[in-house]
Amino acid sequence: MASDDLWILGIHMTKFGKHPDKDMVDLASEAVLGALADAGVTMADMGVIAAGSLMAASAGIGQQLQKQLGQTGVPVYNVANACATGATALRVAMMAIKSGEADFGLAFGVEKLAGAGLLTGGSRKDDSGVFTPSGRYGAVAPVDGRIGTEIMPGVFAQIGMEYGHRYGGTSFELFARISEKNHAHSTLNPLAAYSKRMTLEEIMGDFMVAYPNTRPMCSANCDGAAAAVVVSGAKLATLSLEQRRRAVKVSASVLTTDPWEESCQILPDVNTLTRNAATLAYEQAGIGPSDLDLVELHDCFATAELVHYDNLMLCEQGGAVDFFESGATWRDGAMPVNVSGGLESKGHPIGATGIANVWEVATHLRGEAGPRQIEGATVGLTHVIGLGSACGVHILEKSAA
Amino acid sequence: MATQIPLVDYLVLGDRPHLVAHECTSCAARYFDRRNACASCGRTEFATVELPTEGEVRAFTIVAFAAPGIPTPFVAAVVDCGGTSVRANIINVPPDPEHVSLGMQVRLATEVVGTDDEGTEAIGFGFEPKEG
Repeated sequence: MASDDLWILGIHMTKFGKHPDKDMVDLASEAVLGALADAGVTMADMGVIAAGSLMAASAGIGQQLQKQLGQTGVPVYNVANACATGATALRVAMMAIKSGEADFGLAFGVEKLAGAGLLTGGSRKDDSGVFTPSGRYGAVAPVDGRIGTEIMPGVFAQIGMEYGHRYGGTSFELFARISEKNHAHSTLNPLAAYSKRMTLEEIMGDFMVAYPNTRPMCSANCDGAAAAVVVSGAKLATLSLEQRRRAVKVSASVLTTDPWEESCQILPDVNTLTRNAATLAYEQAGIGPSDLDLVELHDCFATAELVHYDNLMLCEQGGAVDFFESGATWRDGAMPVNVSGGLESKGHPIGATGIANVWEVATHLRGEAGPRQIEGATVGLTHVIGLGSACGVHILEKSAA
Repeated sequence: MATQIPLVDYLVLGDRPHLVAHECTSCAARYFDRRNACASCGRTEFATVELPTEGEVRAFTIVAFAAPGIPTPFVAAVVDCGGTSVRANIINVPPDPEHVSLGMQVRLATEVVGTDDEGTEAIGFGFEPKEG
């Protein structure tokens, strides 16, 4: 192991779902204590802490955690970066190690969102008083619902539809079948918020949120946390054989934002920054998409999963529909995608998501995924995207030790 | 006739309602919001340009569930107006996938979206199917 390599030494996630009796610090503590135990280290070893939470970063969730688990005086970075929050926290810890400021770093992500409903979209006030233009569009009244939609299910519906307009082959049923796959996968994941198999008829017949996304085709708001201990290659070389054997190599860690494109301020462009992140990640790791044994990608909506097959270059450009139709992305296919059940069934506690997907891939690479193990997995990729936008991609490799 | 005011400042009312954009004089990137600089090239000079009132639906969704106070269902879309993307609702058409389609040809239409305490009407815009 090269001394400037980065490794995941320990990692843990809580069950995703409803945790009415636990607050965010309880959930974060469970994930962090689990990751520390998994790594065989303690809070006293951590040289840096990165705390991801969209809802609680500004409340200092990192220091709140320290006050329960150990006030060691090390730097804490509270991180919020939309749905890429967890991946961003992980990267902050890794950058601190890379810079030489720390040997061990702790990253965690936590959110409590069970029952939260729509997270975006302005509510409509009564139009009263005297119309006065305000804001950057000189609007005299709220525009959500009058000039398009701001709700995420609607934004991502259009992103999937736009792909269909460009390349053809999409339909309500096609998007629903992507959701059917992820719900089927979730039945093997005891940590998923929802692990019930759903038929295509049930998915298509469910409540329509924003055509073509019905409710089970949307990511599930829920509670959950995930945490990871990262270590430098130099430090790992001094640890036990068992720690080195179970450590997972971070072959690539990339964060991008969306470069300017003609329509990107009208409908968010989630494609270019994902493709850029994937390109950089494959370059860093020195591998190509065909080397991947499994992928956990950001299926915040069924319509999003389709476009990311293409953006992550799992298929040829424009070929995402045929790629899905081939069965490749089912767990017994050539390129299993979201064997955890994905955000649609495992759930999407935003800050935790970008570390939980790393946990999923790491668990397969360690051969510890139980009944849902992808046999012989040695390389995997994780992807998250936060609107605004930010994209995090990590490529992970099994230890040779 | 009641006094009218556009819902947003990039809608120009009158005999021939149309949309306008801020176009970067350096790289021709177009924006609808008040600008500090160009996100594409960083320069700060803009000219006002008029957009075609006809276009093609490049993406749409039918929103059935929205924040309180927003009437549903409605069709939200991205319309390509001669190379400039516009966010808008598709109006004057039943909001279902049988009546709205990708690639559909549409044209700008205006409608009253509210009236204030002084009787001023706010005029919004959408795109409606182009007949024939």
